[in-house]
Amino acid sequence: MDSKEKIAIGGSFLLMTVFFGAVVFAMTGFGVEVPDCVTDVKPFTESSVTSTGPHRYEVHSIARMWAFDPYEIEVPPGSEVDLYLTSADVVHGFNIEGKNVNLMAIPGQVNYTRVKFNEPGEYKIVCHEYCGINHHAMSGVVKVAYTPTTNEEGGN
Amino acid sequence: MELMSMKVDKSLKRLTLIELAVPVTLLIVGILAGLMQVLFRAGMIQANDLGGIEYYQALTLHGVVNAIVFTTFFAIAFGNTLVSYALNMKLNMKYAWLSAIVMLIGTVTAAIAILAGKASVLYTFYPPLQAHPSFYIGVVLLVVGSWIGFWNWIPMYVRWRKANPGTKTPMAVVGIFTTFIVWQIATLPVAYEVLVLLLPWSLGWTDTVNIMLARTLFWFFGHPLVYFWLLPAYVMYYTMLPRLAGGKLFSDMAGRMVFMMFIVFSIPVGTHHQFMEPGIGSQWKLVHAFFTFAVAIPSLVTAFTMAASLEYAGRKNGATGLFGWVKKLPYFDEKRWLFPYLLVGLVIFIFGGISGIINSSYNLNIIVHNTSWMPGHFHMTVAGPVFLAFIGMSLFLVEKVGGKELQMKKLAMLVPYIWMVGLFLFSSGLMRGGLHGEPRRTNMGLTYLNPDSPMFRPEWKIYVLLTAIGGIIMTIAMLVYFVVFFRTLLSRQVREEVLEFPLSEAYHNEPAGVFANFKPWIVAASVLIIATYIPVFYDVARTTAFGAPAYDPAIPMSLKELKAAEEAADEPAEEQSSEEAQGEATDTEVEQQTEAGSTTDSTGN
Ligand code: HEM
Ligand SMILES: [Cu+2]
Ligand SMILES: [Cu+2]
Repeated sequence: MDSKEKIAIGGSFLLMTVFFGAVVFAMTGFGVEVPDCVTDVKPFTESSVTSTGPHRYEVHSIARMWAFDPYEIEVPPGSEVDLYLTSADVVHGFNIEGKNVNLMAIPGQVNYTRVKFNEPGEYKIVCHEYCGINHHAMSGVVKVAYTPTTNEEGGN
Repeated sequence: MELMSMKVDKSLKRLTLIELAVPVTLLIVGILAGLMQVLFRAGMIQANDLGGIEYYQALTLHGVVNAIVFTTFFAIAFGNTLVSYALNMKLNMKYAWLSAIVMLIGTVTAAIAILAGKASVLYTFYPPLQAHPSFYIGVVLLVVGSWIGFWNWIPMYVRWRKANPGTKTPMAVVGIFTTFIVWQIATLPVAYEVLVLLLPWSLGWTDTVNIMLARTLFWFFGHPLVYFWLLPAYVMYYTMLPRLAGGKLFSDMAGRMVFMMFIVFSIPVGTHHQFMEPGIGSQWKLVHAFFTFAVAIPSLVTAFTMAASLEYAGRKNGATGLFGWVKKLPYFDEKRWLFPYLLVGLVIFIFGGISGIINSSYNLNIIVHNTSWMPGHFHMTVAGPVFLAFIGMSLFLVEKVGGKELQMKKLAMLVPYIWMVGLFLFSSGLMRGGLHGEPRRTNMGLTYLNPDSPMFRPEWKIYVLLTAIGGIIMTIAMLVYFVVFFRTLLSRQVREEVLEFPLSEAYHNEPAGVFANFKPWIVAASVLIIATYIPVFYDVARTTAFGAPAYDPAIPMSLKELKAAEEAADEPAEEQSSEEAQGEATDTEVEQQTEAGSTTDSTGN
């Protein structure tokens, strides 16, 4: 084998090792994780947004043909949200742009991620998995604002 | 260029031309569907359908025809001819025809279901969206037909090995066999998915399907599927591109190593398509990400070997200086019109490969999963190197095996260049849009790109416009290709039909060593597959609470609920319908739950 070729092969191994190291670093250093198994929460049929502590919320979101329930999730700025997601019918997607929230909603399964909303604003939720002929009409929104209902939290 | 040519009998000639003409004809529909998609997504056409073909029905056609039917037929036609040529042996035509007929029946069966609007489930056919049984049957037949095609080459190769002890297996045969070994292993889980889970369910014999199990089986197949597409292109790169460029393959050993690495690492990587799904432990996803990085290595090595081979060719053509060879390649040489089809694909694949590494980077996948970034990426793989190599080689085969002269050579030679320009615009639009949250698989013109809709996203306008312009240019390239293909096919025969491929010699030509046999690599692959998939299936089994009933893509309730509702509406007699409802409730706990709204005490098994 040509010596330059050996360098190229070795270099390829090295490059991919470095990339893999970067992935692991993003995971351990910055806590950017992909969904894991959820066994403590069973697939639910009722949606909810509940305050579980100061600046802490738990959201149970249900995707169904062709809307998210709840359509609108309201939390004050600075909230940390435990987001649980399931589907009532077919497979759906749940993507919040710019927010490291990208989940598949699977019937018979619960998906989970934790996300923090610091800046006030409207964060759009897009269903990004084909879920039937009205898939393109399926979206939702997270409203992050100081509103009367969440005043006590927002005041802190 | 003097090539060794081999006589081809009429039967193989006819078979090959059919195996090319049928999928290329279907491809016309597939490409028009692509054009429809870019126009609909950009909001240039705001509708549910065009001429009675609904958006998602067209998208199903697009995926199935372009990525499954065309590629599978081509791989078989290419394998039949190349294996015969490289081994200098005669193909058993009986099984070759059987393979083609089974694939044809499968294709027609599935096509009828899609065209009738009974299978708008996209080419991934994720349950619980359900297609008509004939769709699943058609897919199975297509795959079985390709198996028969492959099995037909095995005894031939075994005989060749016996007759040529100690001779290295020709690289072309190593490549084709690698393609089909990967295909053979990978199609087993999807056969299980379709035959055991989906088909009985679609026939109404079973009520529910375990969705995560089905998806996991699908992607067990789905990633190696992309190597089934890519590897025939790699065969052309390793065995023909150097010769077409006027040189030699830089290293024979590297080629053999690359193919064997694909056998080992193509399959234990499937859950990288499922990073964002529940039900699979994230540690196992990381393991699959790790092996995905391993399977990138043979492609990086290929990049080196191809660059080195082209440099060698350029220097032989008289180039000097460090990069002078780049200018000395036959970009527009009519005698070597196949060269740009392969070279341009290789250039596109640089970007397809880089974006692929991004996708498989575990947590980075959060940014891109299921956004339009994805079609942006994979059109630079499957619609880049793969597609250009396949359509180029189709022309080449029609010319040689058909004994024709390629028509409109100059235009034919421009196709890959036009395609590349279109593709880069198309993909950059999709990928940039994807980074801003633009979804894939979405008829966006009705909502996100509709100024009258509350969902309007004006910030995506620029990206969908770029995509549409690129898509129109790609369509133009294809129109040229179709004209060239059919004019050549229908032109008069001008010379004897032959089997002839521009196979390259190797510059560094060493004994094959550890890469001489497939067996150890197949064993290694099996061990890796078992080790990486057992924990995944274990997780899926323990996290699935219940299976899902069937859904029609057009109706937001399960088919069972629909039937119950219809019967209730038809039958005024209260008694009977309540009786039925009871019977059904005991059938599936799912429905019971939905009705009762109970969550905590559900079937947590
Ligand atoms: C004129 C050429 C083409 C155009 C304009 C085009 C356009 C598109 C567009 C816009 C999408 C995304 C649609 C959506 O997600 O809503 C798409 C998806 C796709 N395309 Fe193409 N395409 C072309 C050629 C090809 C070729 C040649 C292949 C393969 C050989 C291919 C394979 C696919 C596949 C597999 C999908 C994914 C389908 C799915 O998500 O279910 N395309 N195409
Ligand atoms: Cu959807
Ligand atoms: Cu993959």
